[in-house]
Amino acid sequence: MRHIRAALIAAILATPATARADPSDWDAVLSVARGQTVYWNAWGGSTTTNAFIEWVGERVAEDHGVTLEHVKLADTADAVSRVIAEKTAGRDEGGAVDLIWINGANFAAMKEGGLLFGPFAEDLPNWALVDVEGKPVTTDFSVPTEGYESPWAAAQVVFMRDTADLPEPLADMDALLDWAMANPGRFTYPQPPDFLGATFLKQALYGLTDDREAPLGPVEDADYDAVTEPLWTFLEALTPVLWREGRAYPQSGPAQLRLIADDEIDLAISFSPGEASAAIANFELPDTVRTFVPDGGTIGNASFVAIPYNANAKEGAMVVADFLLSPEAQARALDPEVLGYGTVLDMDALTPEDRAAFEGIDLGVATLSPDALGPALPEPHPSWMERLTEDWIALYGVAQ
Amino acid sequence: MLGPVAAGLLGALGPAFGWLPAIGADEPGFAVFRDLLAWPGFMDAARLSVVTGLASTFLSLGLVMLVLASLHGTRAFEAVRRLLSPLLAVPHAAAAFGIAFLIAPSGWIARAFSPWATGWERPPDLLIVQDAGGLALIAGLVAKEAPFLLLMSLAALGQIRPEREVLAARSLGYGREAAWLKAVLPRLYAQIRLPVYVVLAYSMSVVDVAMILGPNTPSTLSVQVVRWMGDPDLALRLRAAAGALVQAGLVIGALGLWRLGEIAVRRFGLRLIARGGRGRSLRVLRPVALGAGLLSGAAVILGVAGLAIWSVAALWSFPELLPDAMTWRNWARHGPGLAEPALRTLGIAAAATMIALVLTIGCLEAEHRRGLRLTSRGAWVLYMPLLIPQVAFLPGLQTLMVAGGLTGGLGAVIAAHVVFVLPYVFLSLGDPFRAWDSRLATSAAALGARPDRVLWAVRMPMLLAPGLTAAAVGFAVSVGQYLPTLLAGGGRVATLTTEAVALAAGGDRRAIGVYGLAQTAAALLPFLAALLVPRLVWADRRGLRDGA
Repeated sequence: MRHIRAALIAAILATPATARADPSDWDAVLSVARGQTVYWNAWGGSTTTNAFIEWVGERVAEDHGVTLEHVKLADTADAVSRVIAEKTAGRDEGGAVDLIWINGANFAAMKEGGLLFGPFAEDLPNWALVDVEGKPVTTDFSVPTEGYESPWAAAQVVFMRDTADLPEPLADMDALLDWAMANPGRFTYPQPPDFLGATFLKQALYGLTDDREAPLGPVEDADYDAVTEPLWTFLEALTPVLWREGRAYPQSGPAQLRLIADDEIDLAISFSPGEASAAIANFELPDTVRTFVPDGGTIGNASFVAIPYNANAKEGAMVVADFLLSPEAQARALDPEVLGYGTVLDMDALTPEDRAAFEGIDLGVATLSPDALGPALPEPHPSWMERLTEDWIALYGVAQ
Repeated sequence: MLGPVAAGLLGALGPAFGWLPAIGADEPGFAVFRDLLAWPGFMDAARLSVVTGLASTFLSLGLVMLVLASLHGTRAFEAVRRLLSPLLAVPHAAAAFGIAFLIAPSGWIARAFSPWATGWERPPDLLIVQDAGGLALIAGLVAKEAPFLLLMSLAALGQIRPEREVLAARSLGYGREAAWLKAVLPRLYAQIRLPVYVVLAYSMSVVDVAMILGPNTPSTLSVQVVRWMGDPDLALRLRAAAGALVQAGLVIGALGLWRLGEIAVRRFGLRLIARGGRGRSLRVLRPVALGAGLLSGAAVILGVAGLAIWSVAALWSFPELLPDAMTWRNWARHGPGLAEPALRTLGIAAAATMIALVLTIGCLEAEHRRGLRLTSRGAWVLYMPLLIPQVAFLPGLQTLMVAGGLTGGLGAVIAAHVVFVLPYVFLSLGDPFRAWDSRLATSAAALGARPDRVLWAVRMPMLLAPGLTAAAVGFAVSVGQYLPTLLAGGGRVATLTTEAVALAAGGDRRAIGVYGLAQTAAALLPFLAALLVPRLVWADRRGLRDGA
């Protein structure tokens, strides 16, 4: 009985595939959002992120009467599967997913499949503070975001090294290879198709190839073999001196941290400049770990949130997306005691008080200053990641 | 029981043959299977599933039979038996994590001997966990499946009453082990055949344990199917569906192979029995049995102990045997979030177990009153959800449930759990229930009791111990469900297990320690109750105290 009534109410209230309130009329959005429950589907593997999301939930409940529920995923694709299952079943409204922490290939797939609500991101009030020029927020893996997802954290590749075993930073990929040859078994990377593992392949490609422009366009348009040839030569030499001789790989970024903590490896890649400091604070890494970036820069990208086309609480989801862009939330996320995620805001657009809040944060022992971090290289087109991953799997992923 | 499985398999059939309009696949054909076969790791992944499944089932069964033959009825056996409930209660993922920490080159065992005995200042670069042959995976599965088979065997033994046969055989000069193997084992195996099949199907298609302990270059087929299902490239969902069907086919094939093995062993065994060897020298097996049983149990228990220490560890680096310092910070961080999923887990498990118990007792009693026997076909239908890999039918089932508007709530999750809990409860309770001496019913009826009164006043009280054991098994099964909870609940119903597996993806041992312990506790409580309640209620009825 209750099911039927709920279904009737939902049918009367919902207008298919659009929000009840227009994103450009923010007051209307706020008033519809009040009382809504937003199910935020986000990867639940990081306890610090989970705690941050919980805090966001408390704050949006306080300010806007929006209830936030964190649906902890083992894999972002579970949420994508869910939306596909709903679309297959014809459930075009009242979907179970309101907000997804998303980027890269998942975003490209959902955008292409018409599974996203929007555009909304550029109508959010706090969008005015976003550093559109300096941060990779308008393209996601070279796919234009076009307002279908809203950024909330900036990230950039760094390498973590245990200074007890590897005192000096490695200048480039050749130095990395030399060091690995001299210290067999002390380096590995997450197994592609893991996102961070694929990132290592792309970072190595940038560091080795002569043609840094080619990866920005679709892989079909480039001379793939010529561009990637140095990468495969590099991997051929590197794999036998990897941890476990490349016969096994850690399955995720955090699993790599564990290997450093267990002193099984001395060098690992990370997509978050503040991760090492945060992990040291939580005893997950020894305090001898420091980060560095090789010469020539590292890949940077942003984390986004998107709203599925059939989300039940689109207004509430937009309110959460906007709160994530507020100076308060961004400063908190930057604090290594909390998350250590980079901000997407433009410091010059902030009020002096807000800017002071950012400047007051101690970035932690292992975190590089923005200057030392250097410029972010753009993410290659997603087709490169697919192709590199596919070829890597054929060469190393299934060969015992 | 057939409904959800068939529906789910049908749901996988479409995509496997290239039909999934939601992602623009609308050209049915065999292209997807060709794509699957062309995937370079296919043969290795399939072989791994079959080999690890068969090997771990064979070893689990062998271990249980060895322990029973050499130790049943001895005092050492009581030690093994006391280990049983905690071993069953430890969730698979937590046990796998614990074992991984135990045996890794930087793990507890290596630390215990480093650097003083091994000279290792740094962990050696040895491929132990995630080895290409799947040995670590097999070891982890045996450590978890052997207790389950032992529990099922004990339940069956309570009805077979092997003491007379063993006594008779021993008075004819047979050694303890030979008496057991020749007089009891054949009858026992007939009773536990389905549980053995369940173990085989489970071991072949397990996902969480295989992710933690199994190889990854490539991984087992079921792990690969789950990976494809989760790949951002939506076209891979088609390959996942085809892989899921192949996985189901592999399980069916392996079951057939096992059946052939049974026939061969039977032939050979009969000849061996007819020859009449007294097998006194089998006594040498006794220390082996005790050693192997304790080793397998100790692996799980030390693993959980390791998790417990991780949950209070500050920095803990190699080769320290214990952390630098203990801290409550991990519990302070994760504890507050624990209460709500814990309560939900217990509620769902209690509801699903209750429903399963009512259905089981109703079904068994109807069988008894109408003089029916569950036909072997009927039994297969009941156990279908356990014999068909979850990865094969759950995604299809999810799509259908969404289409039917049956999602998102606790109700849907409980319903999905019942599908998996019911067979285990039936499996645990069915044999003791049927083997109950029905002359007691005749006596009661002769004294004027109606069938309902016979059931509630005579039969169920006498079956209190096996009934509670069945409930505890059902409870533990419900607590451990991951995929069904995730899919039926639309991801919104967070239980200890969904939280723990999500955390396991991150690999933070401290958080895994906290959640693994909570999960273990949730599953352990009913086992304790199943052990204690009959002892209290039947303090003066020795024969009614042991359900398992």
